[in-house]
Amino acid sequence: MTAPFTVSRATRASRIGGAAALVLILGLSTFPFWADAGWMREFDELSCYLIFALMWNLLAGYGGMVSIGQQAFVGVGGYSLLVLGNHLHVNPFLAVPLAVLVTLGAALPISFIAFRLQGGYFAIGTWVISEVLRISVANVSAVGGGSGTSLTALRGISRSTREAATFWLCLAGATMAITAVYGFLRSREGLALLALRDSETAAESQGVDVPRTKRAVYLIAAAGAGLAGALYFLGNLRISPDAAFTVNWSAFGIFIVVVGGVGTLEGTLVGVVLFYLLNKFFSDYGTWYLVGLGLLAVVVTLKRPAGLWGFVSQRFDLHFFPVHRRLIPRERERACAT
Amino acid sequence: MLSFADTLVQGLLLGGLYALFALGQSLLFGVMRLTNTAHGDFIILAAFGAWSLSLLTGSPWLAMLLLLPLAFAGGYLLQRLVLNGTLGKDPMPSLVVTFGLAIIIQNLLQQIYTADPRSIDSGGLNTATFQIAEGLAVGALPLLIFGAAVALTAGLQLLFDRTDLGRAFRAVSDDREAAELMGLDHRHVYALATGIAFLLVAVAGTLQGMKTTVAPSDGPSLLLYAFEAVIIGGMGSFYGTLLGGMLLGVTQGIGFRIDPGWGIWSGHVVFLAALLLRPSGLFPRTR
Repeated sequence: MTAPFTVSRATRASRIGGAAALVLILGLSTFPFWADAGWMREFDELSCYLIFALMWNLLAGYGGMVSIGQQAFVGVGGYSLLVLGNHLHVNPFLAVPLAVLVTLGAALPISFIAFRLQGGYFAIGTWVISEVLRISVANVSAVGGGSGTSLTALRGISRSTREAATFWLCLAGATMAITAVYGFLRSREGLALLALRDSETAAESQGVDVPRTKRAVYLIAAAGAGLAGALYFLGNLRISPDAAFTVNWSAFGIFIVVVGGVGTLEGTLVGVVLFYLLNKFFSDYGTWYLVGLGLLAVVVTLKRPAGLWGFVSQRFDLHFFPVHRRLIPRERERACAT
Repeated sequence: MLSFADTLVQGLLLGGLYALFALGQSLLFGVMRLTNTAHGDFIILAAFGAWSLSLLTGSPWLAMLLLLPLAFAGGYLLQRLVLNGTLGKDPMPSLVVTFGLAIIIQNLLQQIYTADPRSIDSGGLNTATFQIAEGLAVGALPLLIFGAAVALTAGLQLLFDRTDLGRAFRAVSDDREAAELMGLDHRHVYALATGIAFLLVAVAGTLQGMKTTVAPSDGPSLLLYAFEAVIIGGMGSFYGTLLGGMLLGVTQGIGFRIDPGWGIWSGHVVFLAALLLRPSGLFPRTR
């Protein structure tokens, strides 16, 4: 006897969306052959914010570990790129994945300190760790000290080659970050993570190794932030401790995730587009613009905790990245298949 | 030898100021497990408020006195209207809301007061010193700040241990539902706690503005010092917070003495070391 239902994960939106995303990525990848360098530069920057925000969402929205210190890993990624390229003479583009590995290596010992704290104190403790790294780097004159330095490893590479390679790396990085987070959430560990978010005790009683799952999430999120940092400073050509370890990374990440919709992948994508548009049209207002961003984050948290995307997806039952499992009764199966 | 004693004394006095920053945060965490990431920015907001009021009244002390009722009302209303809605098992809402407030405060202050650092005129108090020994002098204002920190710590601990309000604080902290059944309105009790925390913030802000200069972007570092003092001392114990602040002040003092570039860093690192060695703090209280 078979069960009177089947389990489905895909939705019609996810199939259409997947195909559309593929077309979009292929289209974007032709950018370096015809598009304006300014567009590419904007895309590079945007993809760094997207990667950072995706990872913040994974850590806080899914893992329940709210951190204000993820800029620590942006800085480690950026400075690893610098040391690998400038000092060890590694090809700067090849140095990007290596910088991610270095960040991953740094995140493991750091996690043991950070995990001493929980809840709100985890958030500020991670911020302290990031400050320790910022001051440490600012005191090392070999990497430019407090005023920072330029990525001289890029000397001798023609401008068009550099722009194209950076763009493709950013496109690949963003695509990989989305696929990695989506893949992780759909995997066995991802299911464990969702269970853990809802109740640590219940998850543990079902055999979820809570510390191991949390650490895995922390490491993935750190590696992702390192990727964002390496890519950002590859495009920026210049790095300084204040720019690399600035808490603004976390502020923008939090804004993107919270306003877009915490705990959903679509929310982060919506949030990043909104952030881009707001930045484009209102950033000239300076302090008032930032007051507005802060206010929007506060109001959304209080009044619409599911964010922009949460509102849409609840209303229309729309899921482009379904991580849930749905039960479909047998009699409806044929209807759904078509 | 004397220079070491000097470093130690100045560090202890600086620690008094850090304890003053930290007491409000310690109270909020003790009563409602709230981590206010805008804590440092509220101190800076209070400093600018006191700066403006001292220009109006001509006296920093009168300014502080006028600021106190405003701070209490501000804290009470903030808790009642905004923060009460963010409390719960999930730390995300309260963290995001207070972090958003931090950004709003920083940028509003910058808009109103520009990014220039300012100092509250203390009428010469900030340069007056007492000669203790040859080569060892203590500033009058730091000493006063230290005295205020000790007195407020003791007062807060007494309030917590001995008064009806303190009992209400402990009750909602231990078991909110049971406290509700006993007739306490936790929303009101929480708001009173935040009101009191903001009184401490007003005192800390005014004294910080008198001792040194304040700029709109100073808040986050004050938050980190306050937070470190609370954790080093042990959560929920006000005397622990005072000692945590002093330990932090001395560490930074020694660090600055060795190399000015590493002063703040030493404080942070001692905090992280304390976290690894004694995660529950020096004087933990289970409340």
